Amino acid sequence: MNNGEKATDIGQRTADNGGNEFVRQVAEKKYEFGFTTDVHTEIIDKGLNEEVVRLISQKKGEPDWLLQFRLEAYRYWLTQTQPSWGHVHLPEIDYQAISYYADPTAGNKKGPKSVEEIDPELMKTFDKLGIPLEERLALSGTAVDAVMDSVSVKTTFKEKLSEKGIIFCSISEAVRNYPDLVKQYLGSVVPPKDNYFAALNSAVFSDGSFVYIPKNTRCPMELSTYFRINARNTGQFERTLIVCDEGSYVSYLEGCTAPMRDENQLHAAIVEIVVMDNAEVKYSTVQNWYPGDAEGRGGVLNLVTKRGDLRGVNSKLSWTQVETGSAITWKYPSCVLRGDNSQAEFYSVAVTNHHQEADTGTKMIHLGRNTRSTIISKGISAGQSQNSYRGLVRVGKLADGARNYSSCDSLLLGSECGAHTFPYMDIHNNTATVEHEATTSKINEEQLFYCNQRGISTEEAVGLIVNGYAKDVLNKLPMEFAVEAQKLLSVSLEGTVG
Amino acid sequence: MKSERQYIELYQEAGDLIKSKSCAVMNAVRDEAFATFERQGFPTKKEERYKYTDVDAAFSPNYGISLTPLTIKPSLYIYNVKDAPLDITPYYNRVANTKDSITALNTALVHDALLIHVPANTLVDDPIVVDNWLRGTAPTMTNRRILLLIEKGASATVIINDHAADKQRFLLTQVVEVYVQDNAHLDLYEIEETPPLCSRFSNIYIQQGRDSSVKHNAITLFNGQTRNLCDVYLKGEGAEVTLNGCAIGSASQRIDNNTLIHHQVPRCQSNQLYKYVVDDHAVGAFAGKILVDKGAQKTTSQETNANLCASSDARMYTQPMLEIYADDVKCAHGSTVGVMDEAALFYMRQRGIPEVEARTLLKNAFMGQVIDQIKFEPLRQRLYVKVEKRFRGELDKCEDCRLCK
Repeated sequence: MNNGEKATDIGQRTADNGGNEFVRQVAEKKYEFGFTTDVHTEIIDKGLNEEVVRLISQKKGEPDWLLQFRLEAYRYWLTQTQPSWGHVHLPEIDYQAISYYADPTAGNKKGPKSVEEIDPELMKTFDKLGIPLEERLALSGTAVDAVMDSVSVKTTFKEKLSEKGIIFCSISEAVRNYPDLVKQYLGSVVPPKDNYFAALNSAVFSDGSFVYIPKNTRCPMELSTYFRINARNTGQFERTLIVCDEGSYVSYLEGCTAPMRDENQLHAAIVEIVVMDNAEVKYSTVQNWYPGDAEGRGGVLNLVTKRGDLRGVNSKLSWTQVETGSAITWKYPSCVLRGDNSQAEFYSVAVTNHHQEADTGTKMIHLGRNTRSTIISKGISAGQSQNSYRGLVRVGKLADGARNYSSCDSLLLGSECGAHTFPYMDIHNNTATVEHEATTSKINEEQLFYCNQRGISTEEAVGLIVNGYAKDVLNKLPMEFAVEAQKLLSVSLEGTVG
Repeated sequence: MKSERQYIELYQEAGDLIKSKSCAVMNAVRDEAFATFERQGFPTKKEERYKYTDVDAAFSPNYGISLTPLTIKPSLYIYNVKDAPLDITPYYNRVANTKDSITALNTALVHDALLIHVPANTLVDDPIVVDNWLRGTAPTMTNRRILLLIEKGASATVIINDHAADKQRFLLTQVVEVYVQDNAHLDLYEIEETPPLCSRFSNIYIQQGRDSSVKHNAITLFNGQTRNLCDVYLKGEGAEVTLNGCAIGSASQRIDNNTLIHHQVPRCQSNQLYKYVVDDHAVGAFAGKILVDKGAQKTTSQETNANLCASSDARMYTQPMLEIYADDVKCAHGSTVGVMDEAALFYMRQRGIPEVEARTLLKNAFMGQVIDQIKFEPLRQRLYVKVEKRFRGELDKCEDCRLCK
């Protein structure tokens, strides 16, 4: 078995380490991905008003309907106040102290045509991040639409995808080239007035990805985007729109790292997914933004609205997320099961350490007949962090034969952290079967002792046990991500036990 | 007009009259409670703990307030607070959450209170039964206050029955404060059988000392609108609490149970089992929170909520929550909303049991799990019968009411 191999491997390594020296070293280790790139960035002055919204739209050369979309969202946003119901200490964000537009390819308006045209500084950043943008891409079979700050830098594999009729490009490009598609679907899953942060995003969104899979097409590769917050004090407001037409399939990956900063950085994104008849979408995320230092200073505020609309019959949507970063995570990837026989899944691992706070979960809204949903959530809290699961399962009056199973487990490492579960179930139908179970406990002492006995240090043992605990979710990730996620779990928890 | 207005005016007009009919201990906290209510008004559905009950609508009809004095048969342990054998100042309005608007309103308007006092090391064998009869010739609001004081090493069983004696619209607010001191034990049963025109808002606050144990059963057999809040504060190590609930809703009845178990010290145990059967247009809601403080290590806690939706118009809301700030704990909750086992139904029908009968049997068995846990034998037997009658539709009125006989 896999675990067995790992155990011996680790056993050999720890034999040389001796004592807690290793633990201390790792605990004091700084955030590995903390660096900034010196690229000339064209930034709009700080502040938010109607003029800024118009300016963003103008800079991107958007049609009038999109400008009106933004303005309407902005005007609605003005009437709202920042919500505070989450189990997180969200600071009062000064929205006037943020710049809403940054363009790393400024002065090169036509866009790079080849690798050489990309700013070398930028390329180095991507190298450090380990983004396989060039030949490595071809080998790994991944197409990357890399977003650095706001404007899409380079998109690869477009030709290969377009042969099949698949559209994979930045939202700005899609607005230019496929305005009808964008107009039809943008804001149809997450309306601009959905919530405070969705309204903000709808008003000022800078860029993001657009995916359209035509009928009866199986996307030949995993699509992935790397988001990265770079310019100082620049909130990033991406917008992702995925439309999977009848009988098609796509797997989309999203991974994030952000450089080290002292001030809080705001990230309010929107992901919209539309799934038609017999189509299937798999959306995977590994989120590892800067979580703040050990004293809780700095870190990214991750306030995201993600939602999928299963419009077609027999449609299927699967969310998988591994959340290890961000000072505050507040997001609920949700599914609206509108089509008959539609199926939705939510698999989540959320790790919090130091002073991180996470309030995450999902919403499953059953509207069609014979719909099914599964929720598997694994929370791990360490240090002084707070980790909450919040979920809603709603079965509508017409959703006959709906079925839901939810399981939320929390693992506590350390006596100063907290783990919380807030599940909501609203059942309006007598043929629904809804089950929910949750447990909270500390790491099993006997398992730790067993590992120690066999020469595995406590630190390594915790990594092993946690990985085993999260296995149900990690198994759902695509291969490349699963490996990364396993490492991430261990790294995130180093220094917590010992 | 928002409905709190009439209560504010009522207090401004009748405050002195209420005070004159009451006693010093109760009057001492009255004005402050009124100020709290006046400031906050009724909770809206935006408040997490009142999400499933429309308080404003329940309080909006024009009710007359009942100021009838309590009638207490001379008996051991039971007193009117005016004749309390001890100073109740340290207990009255202490464990109750004074920030809760309903509790504040009750504290402001209540004129009389019942005290059940079991002195230290006294084991009361027979149950203490409190029968509440709602009476009135016009729509009436009743504010009830009960103080239960179980001193060190004492043990008691208390049964509180709720009935209405007149066919009238009633609004009941109730605040029960329970103090169970070190090594003491209390079995508390609340059985509600009131007609559909009744609205009930009951807040129970329980404080437990070291190695004490409490078993609380909230049984809603027949009602109009019911909102039960139960907060338990485990303040002594080794305390144990069991909260059970059984709720049967049909027609357009509404039953909302909201519990909080606050583990403040190490080595405490809590168990919860709430079961609902909702039929017709009934709405059931259960929200239970287990809160484990930092340092409350070795806590074990189990929360179970199982529900049956028996008709397509019935609705069920459930929200079992865990909020945990200590690491050496074992906490779990489970919640289900489901349908009757088709295989079991088929099995029974195969053997000649009509479908209606088979369904009743299954519902009975489902509720049986809660009733089984009632320790007091005669009550348990009575409830088996009552629950079955309820499912057969024979308990469409409160059976024990003088009027209905």
